[in-house]
Amino acid sequence: MSLLLSPCRQFTPFPMPSHHALKLEPVSIPKPLKRRKSHGSEKSSRVLGYYGLTAPPYKLDALEPYMSKRTLELHWGGYHHDYVESLNKQLKNSSLYGYTLEELIKITYNNGNPLPEFNNAAEVWNHDFFWESMQPDGDKLPWGGLLQQIEKDFGSFSNFKDEFMQSAMGLFGSGWVWLILKREEKRLAVVRTSNAVCPLVFDDIPLIALDMWEHAYYLDYKDDRRRYVSNFMNHLVSWHSATLRIARAEAFVNLGEPKIPVA
Amino acid sequence: MALRASAARKTLGNWFSVRKFMAVGGLGHRQSRGLQTFSLPDLPYDYGALEPAISAEIMQLHHQKHHQTYITNYNKALEQLDEAVNKGEVSKVVHLQSTIKFNGGGHVNHSIFWKNLKPIAEGGGEPPHSALGWAIDQNFGSLETLIQKMNTEGAALQGSGWVWLALDKEAKKLRVETTANQDPLITKGTNFIPLLGIDVWEHAYYLQYKNVRPDYLKNIWNVINWKYAIEVYENEVA
Repeated sequence: MSLLLSPCRQFTPFPMPSHHALKLEPVSIPKPLKRRKSHGSEKSSRVLGYYGLTAPPYKLDALEPYMSKRTLELHWGGYHHDYVESLNKQLKNSSLYGYTLEELIKITYNNGNPLPEFNNAAEVWNHDFFWESMQPDGDKLPWGGLLQQIEKDFGSFSNFKDEFMQSAMGLFGSGWVWLILKREEKRLAVVRTSNAVCPLVFDDIPLIALDMWEHAYYLDYKDDRRRYVSNFMNHLVSWHSATLRIARAEAFVNLGEPKIPVA
Repeated sequence: MALRASAARKTLGNWFSVRKFMAVGGLGHRQSRGLQTFSLPDLPYDYGALEPAISAEIMQLHHQKHHQTYITNYNKALEQLDEAVNKGEVSKVVHLQSTIKFNGGGHVNHSIFWKNLKPIAEGGGEPPHSALGWAIDQNFGSLETLIQKMNTEGAALQGSGWVWLALDKEAKKLRVETTANQDPLITKGTNFIPLLGIDVWEHAYYLQYKNVRPDYLKNIWNVINWKYAIEVYENEVA
């Protein structure tokens, strides 16, 4: 499995050109978010860091016929690529460097009054996550612990599918639909967010994402969103990826008493 | 003009011919059981007439699918609202507001949009003169500055929405405004009258321009129907 889970993978030190004037006076650096627990690295370095474009973990034509190669070329090569470029441009003259991408998103979200970098940062992360939420020959069903958790929190897998579909169809405008693990409530939920917002800003743990911006499906499905969502659910979604994520999340969220076999 | 039967016009067949006679005004509403419902207004030009600025494929999908969906869902929401109001179900009435705003807004905005566009052969893109032309120069300096401002704001709009040339009828000033999703201009203020609106939802340009929204915004000015804007402006200001 080549799926990457490290939160630091986008941190790429950028070689400074020799003519770049180093600011020697102290730069005002925003304080890290006050958090009850530490969920990631604190801003650890003053090295100017830029983000790179990570590629989907499969060839661009691997999701045919449910998502065409052309869509992936434009979506990844165009939109996702442009978000990375714009973010890097914004960060060039900003003091917001040295964060991991996830931390950058939470900081620039600024509790609902987003800074200009938020949109680009969040969309970069969202798209990375989206490619990993899919795989060629997507699994029809989750299994094991994840399936149990879905059945526990939704009643049945098909209830979950219906709720996901309804949420997607009820979205007004651009946005995303997510299967998340709610950190505080310790259960799974389907949420939908507008534009670039992602559940990280609410401190929840995403497991699956579906891009409902029109550019994600328009070439392949035109206005037939229902078919797009149902193809995603039935043919593209990667339960392997979701399983890995919930396994990792279990280190941070207590999902209940373990089933310890009685001798 | 929408009532003229024309062989060259692309309509959805007999159903809309009947509707044409029942249509009252631009929004195409009809009375039924006391509840006014709405129908898709005809385009005053062929789907292909706005090429190369906007492709025929986009115009057809935009009109027959997207706009029609907003109307269908708005009618549905109105029926539900009617029922909820009659039954005094306050929570339900409140709950329906978002779908009414979205679908009703979609219908309002697109009805204006079709009138904002005109084939080049019929005068699309001809710059405005008379009172509106003068007001533009007064408020923005020049037509080019206005276009640039609208294009910049349209390109910068995150997600889906509209960019408007609005008349603030109280202050008697022109303004460039943006609205999110399908919010109609009135949500920015009841004193705002829409003169021109440009749809920057991806469905309005994606098939042709892909993610290069600025190119779409540049080209659409070739088919903008300034005559409509002049009419609305002169009505309000007079």
